[in-house]
Amino acid sequence: MDFNDTQEENSFRLEVRDWLKNNANQDKKSAGYVLDEEEGALVKAKEWQAKKAEAGYAAITWPKEYGGLGGTSIQSVIYSQEEAKYNVPTGFFDIGLGMCIPTMMAWATKEQNERFVEPALYGKEIWCQLFSEPSAGSDVAGVRTKAEKDGDDWVINGQKVWTSGAHFCDFGIIVVRTDPNVPKHKGLSFFFLDMKLPGIEIKPIRQISGGSNFNEVFFTDVRVPDSQRLGAVGEGWKVALTTLMNERLAIGVPKSADYPSLTQLAKDVILNNKPAIKNDLVRSKIADWYVQSEGLKYTKMRSLTSLSKGETPGPESSIGKVVSAPKMQDLASFAMDLQGAAGILNDPDIALMHSIFQNQWMSAAGYRIAGGTDEILRNIVAERVLGLPQDVRVDKTAPFNELPSGR
Amino acid sequence: MNFDFSEDQKLLKEQVARYLSDNCSIDVVRGVLESEDYYSSPVWKGLVDLGLTGTTIPEEYGGLGLGPLELCVIAEELGRASAPVPFSSSVYLATEALKLFGTDQQKEEWLPQLAEGKIIATFALPESAIEPNSNNIQCSFSAGKVNGVKMPVADGSYADICIAVVKDNAKNGDGIAMAIVKLDNSGVTKKSLSTLDQSRDHAELIFSNADADLMDNSDDGWSEVQQIFDIAAVLMAFEQIGGAEASLSMAKDYAMDRFAFGRQIGSYQAIKHKLADMYIKIELAKSNSYFGAMMLNDNGSDLKIAAAASRVAATDAFNYAAQENIQTHGGIGFTWEADTQFYYRRSQVLGLALGSIASWKDKLVTQLEEKNVN
Repeated sequence: MDFNDTQEENSFRLEVRDWLKNNANQDKKSAGYVLDEEEGALVKAKEWQAKKAEAGYAAITWPKEYGGLGGTSIQSVIYSQEEAKYNVPTGFFDIGLGMCIPTMMAWATKEQNERFVEPALYGKEIWCQLFSEPSAGSDVAGVRTKAEKDGDDWVINGQKVWTSGAHFCDFGIIVVRTDPNVPKHKGLSFFFLDMKLPGIEIKPIRQISGGSNFNEVFFTDVRVPDSQRLGAVGEGWKVALTTLMNERLAIGVPKSADYPSLTQLAKDVILNNKPAIKNDLVRSKIADWYVQSEGLKYTKMRSLTSLSKGETPGPESSIGKVVSAPKMQDLASFAMDLQGAAGILNDPDIALMHSIFQNQWMSAAGYRIAGGTDEILRNIVAERVLGLPQDVRVDKTAPFNELPSGR
Repeated sequence: MNFDFSEDQKLLKEQVARYLSDNCSIDVVRGVLESEDYYSSPVWKGLVDLGLTGTTIPEEYGGLGLGPLELCVIAEELGRASAPVPFSSSVYLATEALKLFGTDQQKEEWLPQLAEGKIIATFALPESAIEPNSNNIQCSFSAGKVNGVKMPVADGSYADICIAVVKDNAKNGDGIAMAIVKLDNSGVTKKSLSTLDQSRDHAELIFSNADADLMDNSDDGWSEVQQIFDIAAVLMAFEQIGGAEASLSMAKDYAMDRFAFGRQIGSYQAIKHKLADMYIKIELAKSNSYFGAMMLNDNGSDLKIAAAASRVAATDAFNYAAQENIQTHGGIGFTWEADTQFYYRRSQVLGLALGSIASWKDKLVTQLEEKNVN
């Protein structure tokens, strides 16, 4: 048992290190780099993406005919590990290259892929995913945005929500309802479209944390040619599953304040006249979160071992977010509690440890929902890993437009 | 990246699993629990015949000369079967203690007998419900004799020898030492104790001027005891993982077969989420214990913290899986005829054998502080 690279992995790592040393920004990496939307950031990101694509590192596992390296998943992981040591712009292309383009590669025509894959890979065109709606979150097949056939076009009307990056994206993939008279999953169709089309209106969503990382996208009589349909009419769900299969790669929570930060805080604050770190309840909590964090870290090592052997990782890889997101929230809440009444302060100049716990507590509420709620993720473990039966469903056979809809 | 057991280790695991499924069904566990037997001697003999009691004993002493990773895979299968045998006492604790701290003469005398299964050994630390520490050990050693009480001692009613943690006033340092006591010795009185899990014997051992043979103890005897417990914590974690997986599998089968309100109970989210939580706890325990196994195998500098993390995670996983298995079964799960009870009982025997979880959590954080992880 060891964490070492194989000989081939090691030589790939050295090659990547060498390339990064010569090409990546040498500035010191700032802690917790986030999607930086300041002016100029996108331009820098596009430049970096083009450089990576030129070298073959932008999509390591893609076949060479699409501009990939034809490499293995473990090589892709090695590249990410090495790239993470540099202060390079990330985040703008993950959804496009991780979800949208793989869907195109599976369902679009040869000519369409020739047109769209390369510009996406080189960062010239950015893609977004238009699935969620106000009435279709966990139940994403419940979308109501409709598309009606008109000559050779489809006319789209409705609203999408939680669309990351819609305001700077060039193209998108969308699931819409083309037949409300049949059961839910059978009346969907799937398209790709130009985000600059007339009739598309994009509005940022203000989150409870105050930030705006997502958008609402409104469609009013937006015309999309039938040639941009992926999969058959009424079989959009099948196409959407291709996208969602790839989402598992994108799901996760960012690096956050964990047991080391809590340990630091517990050394600094006083509880019952002694440093909080000497309190048994505090020690017990730190131990619990240590076990969860390290458990996830070593679960990842187990999955990487499978990748390294050229195998598909086992189902253990599905526990990541369902453990890390609630931990993020609980740990932050506990850390705030240790600060007593001052725990509510979120001015980074006044609050302890630059208010990392207060900020984390706010954003964690979102991470428990994004990319699969805690509850949906438990259903997935129960049904797909343990093989338990699906819940009784009222929406499997009834026509979509006869389903009770509430709000 | 090679964070997994080897093909040979996996083969050994299958071999042990096959032996146990053929010879140690849950009825065998029930048989021991319901009878006056202390353990299943046929199952024990089978394990001895497979050479497993000598897994990590060097070949020069008649063992297989394998490493701790092999013991981990064996432990997991013993846990899955809830095997009523003294493997943890004799192998994880006593054999490892002898290997590390036995004198050459003691190793020559006892290791071959342990490897061949001629004797069963156990390890005796606690003396009462008060958590033992280096200052409160009452059992005393003086001039080749030991006096005092040890309880509960796993497999103490029938083990042949016991390694007792004693206070030796002639010794420098913390005065804590380990001594080998033959349990057929006239100075030893054994009393079987009633416990939650009668498929694993526990006894009170009363030493009155019992002959004892001091081991090769240093001045820091208490830390040597901790060292043995760290090894046992990792191995026992694998046994707990096996038990937790068996509990989850039993709960899942029942949730598929049992209908209520016109459908399988496994289709209700209340049951699904419970079983998903069992799975999550088990995977976290496995991952921590894999790291524990790696540290054990490498004698790595993180062994102490890894052992504590394995212990905390695996105890949580097995306790939860065993109790929620009964809950998933409903009323039938609370009956004597149900097999749920064996894992419920065993989860506490394994979970408490090396001291309370509160103290392991404390050890874990002490290690964190020492490593100064900030």
